[in-house]
Amino acid sequence: MKRKSRINSNTLLLLITIALFIVMYAIGCVIYHEKGFDHLQTFLNILITNAGLLCVACGMTCVMLTGGIDISVGSLIAMDCMILAYGMGVKGYPCIPLLIFVLVIGLVFGLVQGFLVGYLDIQPFIITMAGMFFARGMTAVICTKQLSITQDANALFYSWANYKIFLPKFLGYLNSKGKLQIPFIRPTVLVALSVVLIIFFVLKFTKFGRALYAVGGNEASAKLMGLNVRSTKLKAYILSSFLCSIGGICYSLNTMSGSVQQAVGLEMDAIASSVIGGTLLTGGVGSVFGSLFGVLINGTIGTLVNTNGKLLSSWANIATAALLCFFIILQSVFALVKERKS
Amino acid sequence: MEDQILLTMRGVSKTFPGVKALDNVSITLRKGEIHALMGENGAGKSTLIKVLTGVHAFEEGEIRLDGFDEPIINHTPIEAQKRGIVTVYQEVNLCPNLSVAENLFIGREPKTKLGYIDWRKMNKLSRELLKRLDIDVDVTQTLENYSLAIQQMVAIARAVDMDCKALILDEPTSSLDENEVSKLFVLMRHLREKGVGIIFVTHFLEQVYAVCDRITVLRNGEFAGEYTVAEMPRFKLVATMLGKDVDDLDSIKPEGCESNCDEIAVEAVGLGHKGTIKPFDFHIRKGEVVGVTGLLGSGRTEMVRCLYGADHAQSGTLKMKGKVLKAKAPIDSIKSGMGYLPDDRKADGLISELSVRENIVLALQARQGVFKTLPLAKQYELADSFIEMLHIKTATRETPVSQLSGGNQQKVILARWLCTHPDFLILDEPTRGIDIGTKTEFQKLILKFASEGMSVVFISSEIEEMLRTCTRMCVMRDGEKVGEIDGEMTQEIVMSAIAGGEEK
Ligand SMILES: Nc1ncnc2c1ncn2[C@@H]1O[C@H](COP(=O)(O)OP(=O)(O)OP(=O)(O)O)[C@@H](O)[C@H]1O
Ligand SMILES: [Mg+2]
Repeated sequence: MKRKSRINSNTLLLLITIALFIVMYAIGCVIYHEKGFDHLQTFLNILITNAGLLCVACGMTCVMLTGGIDISVGSLIAMDCMILAYGMGVKGYPCIPLLIFVLVIGLVFGLVQGFLVGYLDIQPFIITMAGMFFARGMTAVICTKQLSITQDANALFYSWANYKIFLPKFLGYLNSKGKLQIPFIRPTVLVALSVVLIIFFVLKFTKFGRALYAVGGNEASAKLMGLNVRSTKLKAYILSSFLCSIGGICYSLNTMSGSVQQAVGLEMDAIASSVIGGTLLTGGVGSVFGSLFGVLINGTIGTLVNTNGKLLSSWANIATAALLCFFIILQSVFALVKERKS
Repeated sequence: MEDQILLTMRGVSKTFPGVKALDNVSITLRKGEIHALMGENGAGKSTLIKVLTGVHAFEEGEIRLDGFDEPIINHTPIEAQKRGIVTVYQEVNLCPNLSVAENLFIGREPKTKLGYIDWRKMNKLSRELLKRLDIDVDVTQTLENYSLAIQQMVAIARAVDMDCKALILDEPTSSLDENEVSKLFVLMRHLREKGVGIIFVTHFLEQVYAVCDRITVLRNGEFAGEYTVAEMPRFKLVATMLGKDVDDLDSIKPEGCESNCDEIAVEAVGLGHKGTIKPFDFHIRKGEVVGVTGLLGSGRTEMVRCLYGADHAQSGTLKMKGKVLKAKAPIDSIKSGMGYLPDDRKADGLISELSVRENIVLALQARQGVFKTLPLAKQYELADSFIEMLHIKTATRETPVSQLSGGNQQKVILARWLCTHPDFLILDEPTRGIDIGTKTEFQKLILKFASEGMSVVFISSEIEEMLRTCTRMCVMRDGEKVGEIDGEMTQEIVMSAIAGGEEK
């Protein structure tokens, strides 16, 4: 009998992720001190740019916990953005009904995918790949041009997009020209952070959340223990697509445009963020806080490369790839160590 | 009260593709009785239970439950649970990634007033529940940190904590030691007094006589009779199960290394692994069968893992046939002629999609290397001979092992290691879940191999079984080898050696 109270290896992975983010950010602050990397606003901008991704990553984490995957999210975001841009920019529809429409589309999309995965036992990769092609195709069907939402088209939506929520004054700093800058965030950040908190709560404190872990841990056992595996999976995919639609709205607020090529590969960013945050592709292990830091790391890499200015932006991809390898290797090393011990 | 009927299954039939698993089977469970369900491996016990609890659908028959006027059909385990039928299935079915407390309470978590999970209360209730069963674990740790026995006890604790009319235990004792079994029995008797009906599956006859009131025997998927324990002496029960008289178990006597061979096959000096087992000395002669005994968690498994090189020894040396062996990984040990059957069948993995034949030849193939494929004819021959020798009940040799009954899966693993014909074979609880007829066959087989020069280290929780096969026993206590017994060996001598100083 082994009863040493050792730190759980999953917690350790999360700690490593957080530490890595801090180290990376600190290095950035030192190297790019002149360019203002150490200003609070730089950090907030990472949050602002990645608010959409953060919502998506939360949904992705839920699906990955069950041992599944959802690769339709990037295309779904493109479709959402296109619907919003086309609806407001071209047709001049009011924004509130459009937003509700987009959210409902997310629910329906998830319902169909979840039903196929949960009740008909089809491989999630295949189903969501079909979903991916479908959504991307629909985006092109709506409009093949690049559309944008202007102030004239929808003043309300425009004002949201440009709304700044200032942080308290004492956080202000002087920029290089000696002007006082008060750091701000956008409404999308609040939305995304609320999503993180809510999903954290759901995962930790609700039956559904724990069922996600159980299903990912051992599906057959979960069934025999009397959990409803099918409906759990169904709900996971609904949640993913719904959060993806919320993310789509954030994305739209950030870019104020819609095009067929939007958010290509975003699903991979979301998966990468989750994995870096300690979610196992095999399911059963992971947390949204991990995914939050995964997204932040992802964003920091991008910002570092941008701030440098001379580097090709593809270096960001290479850095992400390296990190992914690092974390996956770390995870398997931990798994091996665990096996040795037991 | 005594004769009030709680549950009846009548005329139940179930066919899997190619196998008639149940044919017109009936069982009657009364309130406040412990009802043994007996039968050979593959007789259909687990299938009957799965049909009852909605894991499998059935074709014919009806199920009646006290309190329902109409016959009932459970479509899912949840439905069965809601009707008061709670089950511990044969393999431990819990989620290794969740904490012990969650495994106890998932699906019925205590809630706070606001409707979210009350972790504090859940952990507290879990601690209380396990304490009543005398299990000492940290309930907040993930389950995978604990041994199979603890996991088994957690599964049982989960079941008995649910309010139920009928409790079904499918081989709950297969990975428990005597201490834990007696705890379980106390619990079962307590539930019996409260009027719960218990169906209890086991291959240990003495356990049947210790707690059960009535016995239903299945044979080859058919109903072979219902008896009260009193009218069913041991030999009659065995005969009913097998459908024939067997030569009594006691007819086998240890012959062991009387083959006067003095050649030392394996010798370990000061071998140890930090944290699991203190340095120990060990030797075994060619053709000898040595037992390793001790309570669960006493370091039996750890000792043999160290010998095999599954745990890398930090101190000491290991010599095989006089040559120092430096095994870095199990594959080195296999190549130098060792074989190891671990106690955790699930982790060691039968590969459940592969066929019986493929699983049997797997280790042999691994030793030969990928490029020297065994000829198919040879594979057929090997598979067929072991299927026959160990009575593996399978439709064909190409059936996927996932479709075999629990005990028959265990036999396939056993066959896997026996067919490599190693010089030194380590068997950790090889007969877990194996029926009594096959156990005898297996013991004979071990002795036969030994007489051909194989050295065998044998761990079993059943002392009798070891007495019958071993010439010598190592005694383990608290992660340390505390002594050896040879010469005269009886149940009492071994028991007191195991208990050591702390006799009760
Ligand atoms: N999923 C399945 N598919 C096909 N055949 C199966 C399946 N499950 C069980 N069987 C077959 O049904 C028969 C009865 O199996 P069952 O598991 O009920 O035996 P058992 O009495 O529980 O044996 P054991 O003591 O080994 O656990 C066996 O021949 C087995 O091969
Ligand atoms: Mg069985």
